Amino acid sequence: MAFGQSFVGDVKHKSFFLFILPSMAAMVLFIALPILSVLVQSVFAPHEQVIVEVKNCGPFGCTESTMIDQEATEKLRAEQPLGRFVGAEIYMNRGHLAFGEIGQAWSASEGLGDFVSRVLNLPFYGALAFTLTYTAVVTPLAIAFGFVIAIAVNSLPRLFRGPMIFFSLLPMIVTPLIGALILFWMIDARGILGSAIQSIAGDPNLSLKASTPLTWIMLMVYGIWSSAPFAFVVYYAGLQTVPQDTLESAMIDGATRWERIRYVVLPHLLPLTTFMALIKIMDNFRVFEPIVSFSAAAHAQSLSYFIFQDLGGETRLLSSAAATSVLTIAGVAILLSPVLVRNWRDFNRMRA
Amino acid sequence: MHHHLRKTLLAGAVFFAGTAMSWAADCGVSSGRVSIIGNEFPAIKSVAAKAGECDNIEFKANLTADHQKLNVAGMQGNPAEYTTAIIANSSIVALINEDVIRPLDDLIAKHGQDIPAQQLITIDGKVMAVAFMANAQHLVYREDILEKIGVEPPKTYEELLAAAKMIREQGIMQNPVGGAFAAGWNLAEEFVNMYLGHGGEFYKPGTAEVSINNEKGVAALNMLKSLTEYMNPDYLTHDSNATSAEWEAGNVALMNMWGSRTGRLMDAEGSTPEVYENTKVAGPMTVGGGSDPAATLWWDGWTVSKNISDEDAEATFLAMKYGISPALLNDKTMGEAVWMIDGYQPADVNQGVFAAIAMQTTPYPMLPYQGLLHTALGDNIAEFLQGKESAEQALADIEAAYTAAAQEKGFLN
Repeated sequence: MAFGQSFVGDVKHKSFFLFILPSMAAMVLFIALPILSVLVQSVFAPHEQVIVEVKNCGPFGCTESTMIDQEATEKLRAEQPLGRFVGAEIYMNRGHLAFGEIGQAWSASEGLGDFVSRVLNLPFYGALAFTLTYTAVVTPLAIAFGFVIAIAVNSLPRLFRGPMIFFSLLPMIVTPLIGALILFWMIDARGILGSAIQSIAGDPNLSLKASTPLTWIMLMVYGIWSSAPFAFVVYYAGLQTVPQDTLESAMIDGATRWERIRYVVLPHLLPLTTFMALIKIMDNFRVFEPIVSFSAAAHAQSLSYFIFQDLGGETRLLSSAAATSVLTIAGVAILLSPVLVRNWRDFNRMRA
Repeated sequence: MHHHLRKTLLAGAVFFAGTAMSWAADCGVSSGRVSIIGNEFPAIKSVAAKAGECDNIEFKANLTADHQKLNVAGMQGNPAEYTTAIIANSSIVALINEDVIRPLDDLIAKHGQDIPAQQLITIDGKVMAVAFMANAQHLVYREDILEKIGVEPPKTYEELLAAAKMIREQGIMQNPVGGAFAAGWNLAEEFVNMYLGHGGEFYKPGTAEVSINNEKGVAALNMLKSLTEYMNPDYLTHDSNATSAEWEAGNVALMNMWGSRTGRLMDAEGSTPEVYENTKVAGPMTVGGGSDPAATLWWDGWTVSKNISDEDAEATFLAMKYGISPALLNDKTMGEAVWMIDGYQPADVNQGVFAAIAMQTTPYPMLPYQGLLHTALGDNIAEFLQGKESAEQALADIEAAYTAAAQEKGFLN
């Protein structure tokens, strides 16, 4: 792949450049510029509000109240259209990294456990705890389930494979919000699964939605259910490329089915596994839909959910949403770095 | 023969046009665009449908519970997507803060002399909205159940708890209390009610500095928690719709609910006669020995976008005025709300809201930073109700979350 060493280098460079130009332009337009604008947004905040006292009247009489002086605000905006520059202030405030609050928690806490619970009480770290747990549990389990399904479907007689593939893909075909809502109704205290769990546990007050651990488990089960089909499709395609002669020679050598999977199939599918881990880590770190459709915000929150809330609250917090977006990107980059570093090393080894 | 055929076809066409447009009305509009964004409940649906009957307008309506996520963004463009937002006394603040609605004084001078003055919402001397209904949360109870335990409809939250205890102990219902306690906006509203009922003030006088971490705040939280002990364990996921469904299923005997939603509970749809015939309303309750009702008064009204042409503004004004005219009232719409419309006759179902007005319930505050506090409340009460932290800690968290948001927005230094 060493383009630079080619003796028709210039021509190749040019055609290569022309070849990737459209996708580069699209990436700049749709990825780089929006990220840049979010970055800018996150270091600016709205102007200091000019408040005036006013008298408001309505059907229930008049009251003294306050409002924003629009003329004065208009003037401030004309002078500084971006708002006031606050640097990293938004990143540092209680809704985000909250370093000040962590410092206070450290000096005020009576032990490590107390300190941890104080930190997890801060919205960003509480959300991070759920998001990381979710990512760590759902990613490997979804991939493992996908693999098992793929192996199972692949060993079926050809006649049954088509319908089985269709059924296995259903969780992915169903719109996430709808899939989650159906499950949400089923696990309601009066729903079919909720009632079943109550009667199994013998506790009529048991509610999945009222317990934080059970809500977490429910969200993760949903996450695995909805994303295992993706791993299944990718592995199923990969299984069709496993070299048959290697498998046959392994069989002649007396390898069991398990040994064939362990020593032939798995190594062959390793690049696919890396690829899926990358995609799923990114997806899972941005977990969002299940929290909305399970109305689980009282028990589990994620960074994406915070962004949604900042944008949809009574009063929109654009700078806060922007800062959370940047932190999400940073989080994804940190999580992916081990895989990326390994890929980079492999690539360099291939070049050498 | 030919003529005859053409006539028949023409008559047919007119007939179909007539059914499609259903009673097209002359609202005085010559042309223009009317596009409504608003909440989704029966009264607002009726107003929007009525406005849509006007002749010569290009009409659209987007009624959704998520209206507050859409209205500001949909009115900031020029021309704005929405020419009017139907809002309440809390949600108008966001529109005023972002300066996306226009004063209506000129349009009232031209077309609205007949709108009663008390319907006009004036802010700093300018009319910014026209109110058409009043709303409040108040007691809804099951008459048959209260008779069974021999108790009068509760006037205080303490009496409600005592009644709930009797209903549970007598084995009539396991979880007799209902309420829209879904984490977020609804739960925050319940705290606002309870805190005002205890006589609390949200801010240090004359400032945007929050001050709820006090005895009254603790008492309000404790009362909310006592109520949840008699609720369906899923209460943190129950909004007004889910709570209404619980009521209609006959699982609940006592709740604090919006007047605008009681019509649906008392009609014959979605429930059994045992439930809907025994569903009765009463005024809001007081709490902790106070005299102020633990509730807030609300009006719903419409506004006109700033970023639209004068033609569209005029068309919108006229269509919305028609939407809340006496023509709106019929047997179906009469009980949907406490209308501020001539010819409105209060029904039994509306007595709760009238009682709230008569008791001089506090209107929900129209302060520019109240929305930030409401959001902070909605995010931080659930942990206390689940027993994960103390009332003081929850209140401290609310204050801290509000302060961070208010600093970002420039309300506090």
